[in-house]
Amino acid sequence: MLERAFSGSGRYRAWVLFLLALIGVGAVAYSVQLNRGLTVTGLSRDVSWGLYVGQLTFLVGVAASAVMVVLPYYFHDVKAFGRLVIFGEFLAVAAVIMCLLFVVVDLGKPMRLFNVLLHPTPHSVLFWDMVVLNGYLLLNLVSGYHLLEAELKAVAPPRWVKNLVYISVPWAVSIHTVTAFLYAGLPGRHYWLTALLAVRFLASAFAAGPAFLIGLTFVLRKFTRVDVGREAVQKLSVIMTYAMLISIFFVGLEFFTAFYSQVPTHMHALQYLFAGLEGHSKLVPLMWTCAVLGVGGAVLLVNPKTRAQESTLIFACVAVFVSLWIDKGLGLIVAGFVPNAFGRVTDYSPTGLEALVTMGVWAVGLLVLTVLCKLAVSVREEGL
Amino acid sequence: MPDAPKLIVGLVLFAALVTLPFWFDAGKSAAAPALDLSTAQAQALKKSCVEPTPWMRANHPVLLNQWRNQAVRGGNRVYTATDGQQYPISLQNTCLKCHTGGPNGGQNGRQQQFCDTCHGYTAVQLDCWGCHVQSKEASR
Amino acid sequence: MATTRRNLLKLGGLAGLGLVLLPVGTLLAGEAAGATGASAKGDRKQWAMLIDLNKCQASAGCRDCIGACHAAHNVPDIGDPLADSKEEVKWIWTETFAETFGDQADEYMADELKQKLLPVMCNHCTHPACVRVCPTEATYKRPDGIVAMDYHRCIGCRYCMAACPHGARSFNFRDPRPSIREVNPAFPTRERGVVEKCNFCAERVDVGMLPACVTACKYGALAFGDLTDTNSAIRKALREGYALRRKPDSGTDPNVYYRV
Repeated sequence: MLERAFSGSGRYRAWVLFLLALIGVGAVAYSVQLNRGLTVTGLSRDVSWGLYVGQLTFLVGVAASAVMVVLPYYFHDVKAFGRLVIFGEFLAVAAVIMCLLFVVVDLGKPMRLFNVLLHPTPHSVLFWDMVVLNGYLLLNLVSGYHLLEAELKAVAPPRWVKNLVYISVPWAVSIHTVTAFLYAGLPGRHYWLTALLAVRFLASAFAAGPAFLIGLTFVLRKFTRVDVGREAVQKLSVIMTYAMLISIFFVGLEFFTAFYSQVPTHMHALQYLFAGLEGHSKLVPLMWTCAVLGVGGAVLLVNPKTRAQESTLIFACVAVFVSLWIDKGLGLIVAGFVPNAFGRVTDYSPTGLEALVTMGVWAVGLLVLTVLCKLAVSVREEGL
Repeated sequence: MPDAPKLIVGLVLFAALVTLPFWFDAGKSAAAPALDLSTAQAQALKKSCVEPTPWMRANHPVLLNQWRNQAVRGGNRVYTATDGQQYPISLQNTCLKCHTGGPNGGQNGRQQQFCDTCHGYTAVQLDCWGCHVQSKEASR
Repeated sequence: MATTRRNLLKLGGLAGLGLVLLPVGTLLAGEAAGATGASAKGDRKQWAMLIDLNKCQASAGCRDCIGACHAAHNVPDIGDPLADSKEEVKWIWTETFAETFGDQADEYMADELKQKLLPVMCNHCTHPACVRVCPTEATYKRPDGIVAMDYHRCIGCRYCMAACPHGARSFNFRDPRPSIREVNPAFPTRERGVVEKCNFCAERVDVGMLPACVTACKYGALAFGDLTDTNSAIRKALREGYALRRKPDSGTDPNVYYRV
């Protein structure tokens, strides 16, 4: 089956070569970081987690969002998703691989990564994050591959594959819950110390992931003969709409708790993000862009006409994805560290090198997704 | 078999390359590492280490790991050797007090540390020196 | 089994799963032997410090405790100590009263007190959040109460830095050696990529000495002792009057007290 990834149109090869080039650039940037240390990033003693951890957080959400397609199809017999499920699972695989890579590039001593296995520490949430992320990767890889094989041979998938898929549903929820627990259990970080964090993560994940998946289906329809069907896209967009509305509602809840209670520790982070705190307001324009895009995307999604029309739907997907990428991929992490333990604000902005490494990891994820989709597409096209 | 000559030539070349380390230096041998034990402390201890030399030669990684766990993680900084003598557990302040560079210096003027002499010869890379401080001066 | 690519991949995957056996096995064996060393010294203690702000002369410019600690432990000097350098490494440093005890300072408090400088360091908490989150137990609480760091094991994930509510930890963003003014050969340095912090001079305490900062303070402002010993000097001092701790509602239960 794998050999199908090595043959393709000129456009396919060009795209793969382009991604490989980006990966190469990212690898060179990472080698500089390995050589000189994390001083090449914009991180500081006060803001010790930044873009890398933010990307990891965002991508865990995208990975978990596969459940939004798997659950209706396998548990509730929503046949419309039949042709979409495999792509959801492959998106999850690519996203989890990116997550794991972002963990590695963020470490100060990546050569000691094995220590997490040598000295397992059940009281650390990071240990469990490693467990669930790798488990989810395995689940989706194995079940996705075998589902594709079954499609190729035009038979029903074996029982054990379906069992793996069933397990992947609560497991998907767990990966994002555990990732939220990384933040939600820290006594000194008041922006994160809310029971709502895990739920917020899930809601925004179930909006961002389908946004990407819908975009992916349009790409597939444009460049291949694979069409998952209008019904699947429309149903997914409805799910995305509810998720986005709930997500925005949750943000509103946070604002209420912070500003009605007027408790300084609750307000500080939101003030920093949306108005600036003690003269530091670098992130404010970005966060308002995030807000406008998010609300704008939600409006387009709620309106049945704009949701039904493909051009506006694509625009809404992009808006939602970018908005949540800003929120989770950067805003959430940085604001957790503001202000520091002494009430002072330290700014953070990623350096060019950090951005290049990030781009390299995204390119790896996109390459994995491309290869896996190529397999699925070639199998699907044979059956057409 | 078609292309047989090409295959055979390729195989011969491959075999030669792969066995290069064995035949390239055949007949010559690099000098065994000469350990310098001429520091004042080493002399004072009559050149006997914490444990007997043959044991140390074979087991010093085990001992170092044990020392690390005992001192760093257990807080117990006294080691009782098999002969009953007690030593403070410290790479820098116990081991390196004796096992430091000789008074004559080493290659390129850099003090050839005791550990580096054998580890360089055997090409077993050490990453102790990133943190543990090698004393700059040889003991006088 | 037929020699197909599929079977090779299956075998490879299964072999890779063998990696899972390692942590499971370790956990079941109860992280035996190596973890705490041959004989974990000391019964349960809780070393603590009491800083008398009436005696401390940091506001007058005294930095003896900081100098002693940073010199003894090869703490690098990165950046301007007066401004918050982004990559600063510090084990003990000064902060103002208002910024240290933000929840206590109010508008009408005497400026003199608000601006008073005091030394801050790792609090060696009784319920340390940093220990809870470390994925490799590179930071751990010793039986004598000191929250210690094993620099051999730290992977530099900086989770402990996120967890610490007191901002006590520093990360080595770059190689610290070039920035160490004078290397103390009796103590190791650290490498880039690991987190470090005050260790309550565990290497001195283990041999019956007092921490370097305590010894260096010529005004006797720092007192060090065992909280579990009801007759220790520090327990007596704590009974004599009120002493503050930093962020008590964080739940970490810090063990550095400040007498105002």
